[in-house]
Amino acid sequence: MCLAIPSRLIELLPGPQALVDLGGIRKKISVALVPAAQVGDYVIVHVGHAIGQIDPEEAERTLAMFGEMMETKTP
Amino acid sequence: MKYIDEFRDGAIARKIAERMAVEVDPARKYSFMEFCGGHTHAISRYGIAELLPDNVRMIHGPGCPVCVLPIGRIDLAIRLALERGAIVCTYGDTMRVPASDGLSLTKAKARGGDIRMVYSGADALDIARREPEREVVFFAIGFETTTPPSAVTIRQARDEGLKNFSVLCCHVLTPSAITHILESPEVKQYGTVPIDGFVGPAHVSIVIGSGPYEGFAADYRKPVVIAGFEPLDVMQAILMLVRQVNDGRAEVENEFTRAVGREGNAFAIASMADVFDVRASFEWRGLGQVPASALRIRERYAGFDAERRYDLAYRAVADHPQCECGAILRGTRTPTQCKLFGNVCTPETPMGSCMVSSEGACAAHYAYGRFRDIPVVAA
Repeated sequence: MCLAIPSRLIELLPGPQALVDLGGIRKKISVALVPAAQVGDYVIVHVGHAIGQIDPEEAERTLAMFGEMMETKTP
Repeated sequence: MKYIDEFRDGAIARKIAERMAVEVDPARKYSFMEFCGGHTHAISRYGIAELLPDNVRMIHGPGCPVCVLPIGRIDLAIRLALERGAIVCTYGDTMRVPASDGLSLTKAKARGGDIRMVYSGADALDIARREPEREVVFFAIGFETTTPPSAVTIRQARDEGLKNFSVLCCHVLTPSAITHILESPEVKQYGTVPIDGFVGPAHVSIVIGSGPYEGFAADYRKPVVIAGFEPLDVMQAILMLVRQVNDGRAEVENEFTRAVGREGNAFAIASMADVFDVRASFEWRGLGQVPASALRIRERYAGFDAERRYDLAYRAVADHPQCECGAILRGTRTPTQCKLFGNVCTPETPMGSCMVSSEGACAAHYAYGRFRDIPVVAA
């Protein structure tokens, strides 16, 4: 039920709505809840509404932490 | 897909499992509740349960909005379609939930009820605009993830002056449900359901932030780690919980920093507060009446409130007598301990709500876990 998917914002439309791209699928959604979202941002889409945004720096930090873990030897 | 595939890397998952195996204290047991159905689904689907050390056990929580929706609320929606002639718009998730008189929304549709599956509240608004001579009711369920979109929908209906649109509000609140579990005798009288910590909600927390969990982490001395719904998120969160338990800490930590902050989404919180206020009490399947655990539509939007518009009275209905959904939602039983599991109750013919939603503990175990229970015998 709480399924929500990061999607790239490709065009802002009046409404306030936006066109997003999700792995090649394009869909019109509402961006009323994320007024700061800009073209190129990844918004998190749930039931046709963006409810939040991905912070790319934080995503990188988490992935870098996984990368470091892969480097370390488990005793 | 970006921000999804990177968090499903099996090699990293196994590495986190190795770390966890080294860090757990073999002398103790760890029991963590994943509150959300999204986490329950991920744990079954990606085989996370198999990756965990033997002394780390996951207890499925009640965070599946379809599963906790009591029969009486679905009856209200069905009656609006069958007796009041309204077009009832609903998310697909609720269509097959068993209701009274052997009905479900799907079966009520077969009997001639005008019940339509929608992806979004915006689709229900479209129907109301296209069919101004008909009454349209949107059956709004869900936790804080889904509530702000409902608020946006109701405000849009007001701005357009739609006269034939209303919402049957069944939105529920996550923090009060967690508090209720912690107050339950099974947990308080340590022993029947030991809970050492929580994997905290993913998308609910995008909206409400990590702040609301700080109270019960401190008051109940239970660690909370907010985690995304991808398998690496869940594995990492469980490792963080193990570390908190080992250190004797009970803090709110956030594994899902790429989407969740402490304060949440201010616009979403403001929209919810504008449209909804808290009900004194609401019935949850499995948990019973839970005080201050759900939302209703505020007086200033009364024209869009289906309960006021149709003067609806809620009537509680008992579950199937042998269905264990209630105990499963409280964490006191597992799906395989239910007599109905896998024989009369399957995803095709669900008896209880936990078998309906793919996030329900029973449906998740049926889809991905039931063959684990059968010992492998060489031919």
